[in-house]
Amino acid sequence: MSDFFHWLSVNRATIAAFLIILLLITFVFSIVIGRRLSAIRDKDEVFGDPERTKGGWYWAVCGVSALLLIWFYFSWGSARAYFPKSANELCQVAKLHDAVSPINAALPSGSRYFKSTTLVARNSEQLRALRAGFPVAAFSAAEGTEVESLFDELHGLIGIYSDPDKQDPESNSKLASLVDEINGLSGRLRDGHSGYEPAPEAASQSAWGLTHIEIPLLPETARGALFDKVANDAQGVAKNFLKARNAPPAAVDAIADIRARIDVLAAGAAPEGADEAALKDRNNFIKSLDRIFKRLDDGTIFPAAALDGVDDAMAGLQQATQSAKGFGLRFVESGFMPGGSIIKSRTQCTEQGSGRWLPKPTDVVAKFGLLANPDLEAGGGFKGTPLFWWKWLPIADVVGFFTPDWIADVIPGEFGRHGPDGNFEPNLKDRVLAFAQGDVPMGHVPMFAGHIWDSLFRVLVALALGILLGVPLGIFMGVSRFFKSFFDPLIELYRPVPPLAWAPLILTIFGIQDDGKIFLLFMVAFAIMVISARTGASGTQLSKIRASHSLGASTGQILRNVILPNAMPEILTGIRIAIGVCWGTLVAAEMLAGTTGVGFVENVARTVSDYELIWVTILIMGLLGLMFDLFMRWVIDKSIPWRGKG
Amino acid sequence: MANLTSDNLCMTFTNPQTGAAVEALKDVNFTLKKGEILSVLGPSGCGKTTLLNIIAGFINPTSGKIALGDNEITGPGVERGMVFQQGALFEWLPVSKNVDFGLRMKKTPKKEAAAQVEKWLDTVGLQGFGDTPTYQLSGGMQQRVALARCLVNDPDVILMDEPLGALDALTREKMQSLVLDLWKETGKTIMIITHSVEEALLLGERLFVMAPRPGRLHKEYRLPFAEMGLTQSLRDVKKDPYFSEVREEILTMIWNMEEEIMGRV
Repeated sequence: MSDFFHWLSVNRATIAAFLIILLLITFVFSIVIGRRLSAIRDKDEVFGDPERTKGGWYWAVCGVSALLLIWFYFSWGSARAYFPKSANELCQVAKLHDAVSPINAALPSGSRYFKSTTLVARNSEQLRALRAGFPVAAFSAAEGTEVESLFDELHGLIGIYSDPDKQDPESNSKLASLVDEINGLSGRLRDGHSGYEPAPEAASQSAWGLTHIEIPLLPETARGALFDKVANDAQGVAKNFLKARNAPPAAVDAIADIRARIDVLAAGAAPEGADEAALKDRNNFIKSLDRIFKRLDDGTIFPAAALDGVDDAMAGLQQATQSAKGFGLRFVESGFMPGGSIIKSRTQCTEQGSGRWLPKPTDVVAKFGLLANPDLEAGGGFKGTPLFWWKWLPIADVVGFFTPDWIADVIPGEFGRHGPDGNFEPNLKDRVLAFAQGDVPMGHVPMFAGHIWDSLFRVLVALALGILLGVPLGIFMGVSRFFKSFFDPLIELYRPVPPLAWAPLILTIFGIQDDGKIFLLFMVAFAIMVISARTGASGTQLSKIRASHSLGASTGQILRNVILPNAMPEILTGIRIAIGVCWGTLVAAEMLAGTTGVGFVENVARTVSDYELIWVTILIMGLLGLMFDLFMRWVIDKSIPWRGKG
Repeated sequence: MANLTSDNLCMTFTNPQTGAAVEALKDVNFTLKKGEILSVLGPSGCGKTTLLNIIAGFINPTSGKIALGDNEITGPGVERGMVFQQGALFEWLPVSKNVDFGLRMKKTPKKEAAAQVEKWLDTVGLQGFGDTPTYQLSGGMQQRVALARCLVNDPDVILMDEPLGALDALTREKMQSLVLDLWKETGKTIMIITHSVEEALLLGERLFVMAPRPGRLHKEYRLPFAEMGLTQSLRDVKKDPYFSEVREEILTMIWNMEEEIMGRV
């Protein structure tokens, strides 16, 4: 059995490929059938006839298959099914992008502006701002004049860097050789991938999306190997680019001069009578000036014209990359990987865009299978709890939960003490306390267990309590002026508060485990049940009440035999609404706090960005909610068949 | 079983907002002997339903007294059965459970109740319908269930509030025969409120015409048609010249009352 699941898991891409074809066929056929049947039916029914909405399973099939196809497409499931190697090839391309990204970041072709332009603009602006905020009181008049001329010289330094005529020849030739190196890379890409071999270790990599290393890193094709090699060399080119410095002789002189002058300024003393604040201003000003200067003295600003060659070469590399990808890879990338591409982060390649946050259908199923495995030892379940299974529940736990400890206190006598011989003999009072605390073993009963069950259990218990207490109160409110007026303010005041607004308070008072959540849900269910039972009870036809009076029924008999059954449709509708609202509230409450439940699973999945798990929990919640609703619809149809016929 | 006696019965409704008082009934006096069948006619707003509700015990008169035998009526009771226009059946129960409702309230033993239900379903012509849900029955059948439900309690008086008003003409005629048959078979005192003059004539051994503002007994007739209906077909009864004569007289009377109301408003 587990072999079979393993086989399914390993071959998920192939299975997806079959499924997609199947879905396409289903999609087309359902449309054909639907159109054919509509053509017949539309003749019999005029527009607006409610009969026109009945049946139509083929459109349901069409809708579901369309949805699944869209899911396969946007999750890149179709890309993985039909082009399993493409992700690996694109990963190699991403390596090249990653390698040259420092060069691109400094050029207009990659980031709109030259990095030099940005530096010039920023440093000039900061110099201007610093000059405008010169603290006059902290410097002597002579120092003031000195600072003014310093600012002029700093502006001049920026000018020297930016002047192509003053550029030092050494950096110029360095940039020229960089252009050659980049062009060399482009040339290799243009020459094509013949002669390249995939890495021998690549064969042992697992396929795309099978392990938590999403996309295999080593090149598996000749084209991939080409990109891999080029990317490797590009790293060196990028390093050289980052090392390139502009050091015009005029700038070198200016730097030495400015350095000395700032040092003199820093060594000088504040004028007589300067207070503490002025002293602080003086220090801060000199520090800021020094900081800007240090950004200027490293020679990272080049004249714009000097970098044009590199920019052109990088544009050429970009073109060469596109052509080396070949039509097939470009087609797969733009046509089958909507909303993003494959990027390389520090150590691995990942999908980006919808491929990242929308897991593939087959992966979601595989993840669900993993979670649904009740064998925790084999990696099933989640955080030590299975998804939906059973366990042996000690009866004593249940008894202890429902028996209050104070029943031991009210028994006459004293709790036992340890004797002088060091022994403790429990008396009756002690035994009752142990019973009430659930310490007396009473055997076990089989019970459901797991995240789904925990969520279900909370909803069902809260719902049961809400029905047991809410329906009688609602019925009384429907027939009694006192009950209606006395309880109306209470219920109408707490009901409109969104349940989650109560959650922090309730969870603090009752704890984050079942008690708190059940109480929170009980509050939700109670209000809904009261209101629906009240509506049902007060809607009883007067003639029915009068008839039962005439037939000799007492007040209690009328309540039980006439008003309650008459309110049944409203009560059942109320239950249906209450289940839905409780379910929604519960999941949110579990996200706030707790250690089990479907909402808890999703909350953990959120913190670790496990998109597959998030989608699995979303699907579980949706399916369970749908199940509840279908069940209630069935119950309503079965138990009140007279609805709409009375 | 006893006579139904109304003694200076008055009923005034006061609008709680405006304080305006409406005299729904004023000084209504009559005695309905045991076993008589009475129909009550009158234009809308003449207080016929109010009178029925007082007799049923659903509302209490402002002044005056109404008694069944020696017992003054102060509330609803099993000795006064009630049949409503729409049947007022309990749609969540099948026919048999509707019929034995009164018996179940009295905690009658199941066997005895079942026998009673069978007997009365037989009488009203619904043999074998015991397990049918009431919402699947036609209007006429629903009224038959309502009749059986009322009769199973063995009331002294049966009060009917336009019981056949919602039925089609043919069903209505059948039901009228059924009412007459039941009257003869059971010997119950029956009071029927109706809008139809023909029905009032056919079913009423006695007939009250009521007048509005204030609601009062306008004229009383003693008629032979109910007795005739027991032996002849109702259609033959309607062909009787006296029948047409009385019908025209009452129609004119009610017509004039309605005109008077319109004129006054």
